[in-house]
Amino acid sequence: MGLLDKEFTDGNIVIAKADDILNWARLSSLWQLSFGLACCAIEMMATSASHYDFDRFGVMPRPTPRQADVIIISGTVTLKMATRIKRLYEQMPDPKYIISMGSCSNCGGPYWEHGYHVLKGVDRVIPVDVYVPGCPPRPEALLEGLLKLQEKIRNESLVKKTA
Amino acid sequence: MLTEFGKILVFIIFAFAFVAISIFMAKVIRPKRPTKEKLKTYECGEDPVGSPWVKFNIRFYVVALIFLIFDVEVVLLFPWALTYKEYGFYGLLVGFIFLFILGIGMAYEWRKGDLEWVRPKPNIPGLKSILSENKEKSK
Repeated sequence: MGLLDKEFTDGNIVIAKADDILNWARLSSLWQLSFGLACCAIEMMATSASHYDFDRFGVMPRPTPRQADVIIISGTVTLKMATRIKRLYEQMPDPKYIISMGSCSNCGGPYWEHGYHVLKGVDRVIPVDVYVPGCPPRPEALLEGLLKLQEKIRNESLVKKTA
Repeated sequence: MLTEFGKILVFIIFAFAFVAISIFMAKVIRPKRPTKEKLKTYECGEDPVGSPWVKFNIRFYVVALIFLIFDVEVVLLFPWALTYKEYGFYGLLVGFIFLFILGIGMAYEWRKGDLEWVRPKPNIPGLKSILSENKEKSK
């Protein structure tokens, strides 16, 4: 049970082909958890809308973490929100990915020094895959971030990594 | 040879086998990493509070029953509306008898007061209510 939970010590053609098809399936239907935090969310909505059309990359918003593959942290993560984000991330099924969008969620942004209420980077609570810089990033930047994530998923493997 | 019902049986067997095999294969392959947090009830990231078994007002039951009757009425009237012309006056009559019987039912539940939504009358504190309370106490 749970064949995909296993890590194989050495690859062969079957595992390589299985990798290819799994990664292709995963990267072409990255359903995002539908939630926004601040002004970055406006840009994220613009990316989802017809002009930039997030859906052509297979990204569509889902209302529940149970069906989501990727969580886009779009905006300022306040300390109050951080625990909620942590839980939402935990409730997503594996494999799950995180895009940190904008300066605030990357490192605290303008609240870096004097923001008493802001988490200084969402990577302090959850493991981020791709950071998208900008304040807020333009839709093209978010698309670029998604392409980077797809690239990352394309290189995943069931074979155990050896250093 | 298979009878006509035998073919249906084969279809049913295939349908069940297909679902069973798909679910079993998915169970074999899929990653399974349950955590305590993941198995928790989803309430937008908040702590789940209270029981999800909320009591509904019993009056919704009557409304749902009435809705169901008229829902089925519409379902039965659609095929009738498509074909009643072929049966001439008789077809029209049958349809109207059906509507009449349901109309009697409607009149009955109206008369019984099932369509009325009894509103609660909260006792808003004020001078009057205090006076009446005092009266009851002095009695």
